[in-house]
Amino acid sequence: MSDTVTVRIPSALRPQIGDQESLDVAGGTVGEVLGSLNTQYPDFGKRLYKGENEINRFINIYVNDEDIRFMENLQTPLKPGDEVSIVPAIAGG
Amino acid sequence: MSYVKSLRCKECHTDYALGPLTVCDNDFGPLEVAYDYEAMKGKVTRASIEAGPRSLWRYKDLLPIEGEPKAGFNSGFTPLIKADRLAAELGVKELYIKDDSANYPSFSYKDRVVSVALTKAIEFGFDTVGCASTGNLAHSVAAHAAAAGLRAFVMIPDDLEEGKVVGSLVFGPRMVKIKGNYDDVNRLCSQIADKYNWAIVNVNLRPYYTEGAKTHGFEIAEQMGWRLPQHTVSPVAGGTILPKIYKAYKEFITLGLVEDNSPKIYGAQADGCNPVVKALREGQELFHPQKPNTIAKSIAIGNPADGYYVIQDIKESGGWGESASDQEILDAVKLLARTEGIFTEPAGGTTLACTIKLIQSGKIPRDESICVCITGNGLKTVEVMQGQFATSPAINAKMSEFNELVSQLEETHTTPSPRPTPTA
Repeated sequence: MSDTVTVRIPSALRPQIGDQESLDVAGGTVGEVLGSLNTQYPDFGKRLYKGENEINRFINIYVNDEDIRFMENLQTPLKPGDEVSIVPAIAGG
Repeated sequence: MSYVKSLRCKECHTDYALGPLTVCDNDFGPLEVAYDYEAMKGKVTRASIEAGPRSLWRYKDLLPIEGEPKAGFNSGFTPLIKADRLAAELGVKELYIKDDSANYPSFSYKDRVVSVALTKAIEFGFDTVGCASTGNLAHSVAAHAAAAGLRAFVMIPDDLEEGKVVGSLVFGPRMVKIKGNYDDVNRLCSQIADKYNWAIVNVNLRPYYTEGAKTHGFEIAEQMGWRLPQHTVSPVAGGTILPKIYKAYKEFITLGLVEDNSPKIYGAQADGCNPVVKALREGQELFHPQKPNTIAKSIAIGNPADGYYVIQDIKESGGWGESASDQEILDAVKLLARTEGIFTEPAGGTTLACTIKLIQSGKIPRDESICVCITGNGLKTVEVMQGQFATSPAINAKMSEFNELVSQLEETHTTPSPRPTPTA
């Protein structure tokens, strides 16, 4: 079994990440996974993060369809095979 | 001629050409329509608006369409009721109900936003429209799409009230029921919008869609005789309508159409889904998302994307937020029906229940003008009212049985007081 998780990228962030729909990334927490993408793709990180350790408030992060704010935010632990989705916040009703 | 200048990021103010865009490339901030108010001065006047159609399109100059309207020709311009019997009951001087439960054709405020969104969808050349909805939006999108001859996909949570499901299905949309709550539906829809070239009205047409909500505020001001209520109470779900009512008031002030009386805006939520109210109480700028648990399903959005702006606008205006329990919501639905003859859905009950609490706590003074925004119709959600009323057995068609029943009903029902003579 691979020790990576799959990160799903919204179209708005794909140009900063080589036009990939998803990437396999290693890391034990959401923060580690996104942090390693940030290091590798600084233009992507600039949009994803607001400041050092805070996710841009217009972006929601989900692990296997659950919002990380219902779990441990960036400290949410990951296991191999988990799916991390980056989704722009969209209003409705 | 249109007065629209651009789509502008609410955060970094970067301008974009008009298109089916929704978030800023730089910071993911929401895009909002920017207008040339200077060019409107002297042209967009009380007289020019009053000369328009008796629909939301009388405010066309303040809406982001390029040509003539292509949907919602009879939407909007709903009644503004001076609610004197309810005012007497609550002990307040001047109370209005803006009644979008009577909106056309689908009986909620959503007919406003959909009229604008579908006009834009047609302008942009889409043949398929869609939405993520708690029910009312699906109903409205399905109805307007049928009338406009567009293909519709409506995405809803799988536990909605039957009235909203049937009310949408009758128009023939492709309905997708999604296991989960609205926030799950919404997340999926933003991924769908990423992949399919559809006009999902509250996703990729959101900057235009939300502008339609301003017409609720424009109408309040015009129907009050070109003045603003000092206190306006709006429901808060995804956070669309409250900031847009506030924007409408500010636009009318900018254009000199109404006097600036520093209108205050208040947000109403259910106790079982009150992320914005909780953030206000705790003095937070950002809300924490919640898992909704309330009978007010049409406003059960635990992760309101525009919640941040709702909090900002409430604070800027000097208003406040309140939430109500399920029983308080049902009691308010009954109170509005009993005093003013208006049957609203639980979302409307929430708004009235919160208004009552804001009056009782002194946040809203009793001697200043108040407007309660009723955004949906109770006939779509009749199941929540089951068990709320005393019912009488069927009788045989005999006068003796009728006479007996009349005396029984006198015991179980209160006699209404007459409508008070208006003071204002």
